[in-house]
Amino acid sequence: MKQLVILSGKGGTGKTSVAAALAHLATEGAQQISIVLADADVDAANLELVLAPRKLTQEDFWGGKVAAIDQAACSGCGECAAVCRFEAIHETDGVYEIDPIACEGCAACVYVCPTEAISMVDQIAGEWYRSESRYGPLFHAALYPAQENSGKLVTLIKQHAKLLALDDTHDLVIVDGPPGIGCPVISAASGEDLALIVAEPSIAGVHDMRRILQTTEHFGVQSIVCINKADLFSKGTKEIEAYCQEQGIEVIGSIPFDLNITRAMASGDPVTAYEPDGDASQALRGIWKRVLSVLKEQEE
Amino acid sequence: MILTVASGKGGTGKTTVATSLALAVADISPVLLDCDVEAPNAHIFLQPQFDQRREIGLPIPEVDEVRCTGCGRCAEVCQYHAIVVMGGKVLVFPELCHGCGSCTLQCPEEAIEEVPNLLGVLEAGPAKDGIRFAQGVLNIGEPMAVPVIHELKQWRPFPEGHTIIRDAPPGNSCPVVETIQGADFVLLVTEPTPFGLHDLRLAIQLTRELDIPAGVVVNRDGVGDDGVEEYCRKERIPILMRIPLDQSIGKAVARGEALVEAFPEYLPQFRELYAQIQSLIDSRQGEALQLARGTRSSNGSKAGSL
Amino acid sequence: MKLAITGGTPQIETQLERRFGRCAYFIIVDTETRAWEAFPNPAAEARGGAGTQAAQFLANQGVEAVISGDFGPNAFTALDAASIQMYTAQEGQADTLVDDFLAERLVRVTGSTGPAHHGGGRSQGGRRR
Repeated sequence: MKQLVILSGKGGTGKTSVAAALAHLATEGAQQISIVLADADVDAANLELVLAPRKLTQEDFWGGKVAAIDQAACSGCGECAAVCRFEAIHETDGVYEIDPIACEGCAACVYVCPTEAISMVDQIAGEWYRSESRYGPLFHAALYPAQENSGKLVTLIKQHAKLLALDDTHDLVIVDGPPGIGCPVISAASGEDLALIVAEPSIAGVHDMRRILQTTEHFGVQSIVCINKADLFSKGTKEIEAYCQEQGIEVIGSIPFDLNITRAMASGDPVTAYEPDGDASQALRGIWKRVLSVLKEQEE
Repeated sequence: MILTVASGKGGTGKTTVATSLALAVADISPVLLDCDVEAPNAHIFLQPQFDQRREIGLPIPEVDEVRCTGCGRCAEVCQYHAIVVMGGKVLVFPELCHGCGSCTLQCPEEAIEEVPNLLGVLEAGPAKDGIRFAQGVLNIGEPMAVPVIHELKQWRPFPEGHTIIRDAPPGNSCPVVETIQGADFVLLVTEPTPFGLHDLRLAIQLTRELDIPAGVVVNRDGVGDDGVEEYCRKERIPILMRIPLDQSIGKAVARGEALVEAFPEYLPQFRELYAQIQSLIDSRQGEALQLARGTRSSNGSKAGSL
Repeated sequence: MKLAITGGTPQIETQLERRFGRCAYFIIVDTETRAWEAFPNPAAEARGGAGTQAAQFLANQGVEAVISGDFGPNAFTALDAASIQMYTAQEGQADTLVDDFLAERLVRVTGSTGPAHHGGGRSQGGRRR
């Protein structure tokens, strides 16, 4: 059982479109394998929009804890506000209150309160779902607005996907990752066998591709690159190829700009199902084939 | 005014809009803060010359082994298990530490001192057309963007600016929340597709949660469907500008050219956008003032937010 | 000596759980008497720092060796600091693994074997006032 994560650095390069296409090809293409899907972009989860999932279960996601002041026990000394480094404790007319959005859950206030008026309360920070999609089981989530702990939710989604894949002997978990390089991306990349970086050849895209590649390298995850919107800026495409060659990273394919990708999304389908003969679909078939052989090569 | 340009979905054109807006009103010397510290790109379009730099760190515990008695109080209070006592030795795990200072406060022997753990760097300097530019850059491998964004907002490398434009990261979680907090208005750049709409809804929930008025820019107009239009109409969210789907715009931006530099015919539209935002902020503040004075009933409509 | 095995259920026949920090139970066995006790892992639901919390728990229990599948870098550092020996196995029942340990059939771990499992311990915060 292998685990593949799709990342990019820059947002909007096409991770979800690629993830959906690979899922479709895994189920109906020339090289078929059994997959489990995970949408790790928990605060902007789009994969479900192209997989027509049927929700099987819904669970609360308990994020972290936040502090809460029992006003009856509070003596109004203000010690809590004095130690809070997250600007989460505010005083109005002598009444101290904790802002749950700003609170980091560090409990420093709990330990300094002379009347033990503060306690830590568990927070429901979102929900996660197990669904059945056209191409396999899908684990996805919705983090509530302004909530933290996206990294923890990503880890939870991935763990469930992995356990199911192991229990039901699926061959591959495909994780649709978030943009950026911070906490949720690190959680998404951790423990993965392979990272497929979807790069865009704009100057910004190349800049961010370097940062995500440095990040996956930092965490020891083997990476390969595919270039989306490859004809957008040929100088950028060349730069990607040069950088990857220099770093010993394989560029496994190029997807030309193809309006079918957007049309497919609007119609709720992966592009390879929507327009199998289009340019993007042809490129994606080659990419899928190479992803599978790279994973196989890892075994050897 | 403090304006945050955000989106929900990545790649919709936040940086394109933020940098063009700054260029369109460059005559008032706006400050542009690139708050997408994980993947900052605004510098590509505004070409700043950095002349100020500040390293950002989080205070993490360092234990004086001579004074330490191995009592384990630090480990007991740490909510993140970033400090543990193993075999009589205290171990600190910097990447788990939130810099809250609790262990330092609670150590009965005062054996803990805080030292900075570097997370990233802030840079500032003049950019094109007199725009004042600052950005934060998170170090590779560091998970936490928020402290860097927070410091960027607090840093005042320039004398007080009247207009601050914050270019936000994609998504709807903590780094975006931090970039929005304290702003007078959130400009959401979206694309008229199902993905764009899905994430726009989440972004609007966020602006409502934070109680900050919002407006929308539809980028790549013509590419998808009218879901976004319908949603904005129904929710009474003002669509303040539309940029059409145009490959030549895409290519100019890909080359690192700001939209209004490649296509100066957009300058008046961006100036108009700025004026509209200012007027929405003014009318909301006017209503808030009236509410506070009790001259308006509390269910009077607030511009663009509910 | 006290030997810990990461398990999924509180039974001596439980199957090994691969991940150290987030296993459901620790089966702690006295290798001389074979007396054993199952403890729920306090770090199983930790928001982050599961590895370090689990390591601290074992140190507090006086465990001298532990068998699991993967030890992430933080867990490794913490266990190593307490001189708790780490052994790796891919599968098996806890009682059989005890036999393997005593017969010196298990592989001793000298470096972190698993990737860092980021449980979102850094929930994005930590700014100074």
